[in-house]
Amino acid sequence: MNEVTAERPEAEEDHPKANAIVPPRSVAGTALTLVVAIMSFLACLSAGAVSLVSDAADAWGAQIAREVTIEIASIDPDVDDRILRAAAIARAAPGIGSVTVMSSEDAGELLAPWLGRQADLSDLPIPRLIRVAIADPAQVDLAALSQKLEAEIPGAILDDHRVWTDRLVAMARTTVALGLGILVLVLMATILSVVFATRAAMAGNRDVVHVLDVIGAGDSFIAGEFQRHFLLLGLRGGAIGGLAAMLLFLLFGLFVSVGAGTPEADQILALVGAPEVGLSGYLAALGIVLLIAVLTAATSRMTVRRYLALAAES
Amino acid sequence: MITLENVGLRYGNAPEVLSDVNLRIEKSSFQYLTGPSGAGKTSLLRLLFMSLRPTRGVVSLFGRATGDLAPKEVAALRRRVGVVFQDFRLLDHLTTYENVALPLRVQGRAESSYRADVIELLRWVGLGNRMHVLPPVLSGGEKQRAAIARAVIGQPELLLADEPTGNVDPQLGRRLLRLLIELNKLGTSIIIATHDVMLMEQFDARRLVLHDGHLQVFERGGA
Repeated sequence: MNEVTAERPEAEEDHPKANAIVPPRSVAGTALTLVVAIMSFLACLSAGAVSLVSDAADAWGAQIAREVTIEIASIDPDVDDRILRAAAIARAAPGIGSVTVMSSEDAGELLAPWLGRQADLSDLPIPRLIRVAIADPAQVDLAALSQKLEAEIPGAILDDHRVWTDRLVAMARTTVALGLGILVLVLMATILSVVFATRAAMAGNRDVVHVLDVIGAGDSFIAGEFQRHFLLLGLRGGAIGGLAAMLLFLLFGLFVSVGAGTPEADQILALVGAPEVGLSGYLAALGIVLLIAVLTAATSRMTVRRYLALAAES
Repeated sequence: MITLENVGLRYGNAPEVLSDVNLRIEKSSFQYLTGPSGAGKTSLLRLLFMSLRPTRGVVSLFGRATGDLAPKEVAALRRRVGVVFQDFRLLDHLTTYENVALPLRVQGRAESSYRADVIELLRWVGLGNRMHVLPPVLSGGEKQRAAIARAVIGQPELLLADEPTGNVDPQLGRRLLRLLIELNKLGTSIIIATHDVMLMEQFDARRLVLHDGHLQVFERGGA
């Protein structure tokens, strides 16, 4: 009977699923996952901020670009005549929407925040202004309009707000560069954390590595065994951080839209215009999660290979 | 198949542990490597599985000098060599079955292609009922048998065994020796590093005797 039992296909036929060659628990787990999650969160946050500022700057730029101002020095006595002529030239130009001549009182209103309402502006050489709204930016030739105004109306200047727009663009670029800089630093910190964690995992699994080496596993196989753990760890940590950042973006948008009218929300609206992180922000966050997972895996692979190469030389 | 020419080995600036070793291991040969403790047996074995490089001289395995091999070539050559360590070196988180199957698994073979062979070998070495347990619960003798099974499962061309019968009773020692003799008959060259005179008397074979780093070879039959 015993022989029959021995001959039977026994438990090994339903052999349990093979264990990982590098034990998962020996690879720095929770602490590194947390580090990767924090790094991913910070990286996504900076990407979101970059997207927010960049979208806001575009919106500001678009608003300003849809309006230009004609300034006419007010010291000459025939200024009213020149204003009418300038307005006529502007109206005749292609792509122009409305042309509004601003009175001296309107100019005073604009200056009121700085000079106060009681100030007597009649003695000041405040230029007269004509607001020109642009209907179709593609058709407008501002350079030609400016030349024509300067040629036909002495003292007339076309201000296309380029100085202001240039400053906005410069600020937006600085913010984007800053955000990208932070992103690079965060990714570098992630890489370094993974390098240290991989080295620790290799040191903790020295016996496993030695046995694999002796049975001819090859560097690539050994690196692959470690890489698999770190890819999963990077994906998990990256996803936690990325999701937390996306949640924060959503809450931020919700706070501004729900709290509209309150001073805090108005302040945010005044600062960044559109209060929501756009699709580009979410896509960037998703990209960062994947990038961090790939970086984590690739870094661990390279660290293992370097470790093995050094071990072979010693 | 394997040659050592004027091989010298030293660790750092210490005196040579192996001096002017000249040796030839033929295909399908069987030899014992013996000598007092500290004579350099383990160092010689480590040279043979490319865990060490000679300080001088040339070690050639299967016609390839081991001095300047690329890591891939080293891995490929190691797959042709089976090693049994004195301290077994089983992986504690893998079952006996998984430990023995490891050399085949790292070759990328599907488990279905080798499962029957591994089970048959485990039964042959008396571990048929221990294949799903982890090494920490195996006795010393069981670990030794598992280590031997892992070394021979890939049918290596060369088997290096460091004190393979050191932890087993004489009866099992004889059985393990028989396994190695069977393997030898199938074409594997065997080098057994041992102190065990009884073992060497059970099966007469060529003896490589190390003394103070110098090697003397005594051919079979006391020649």
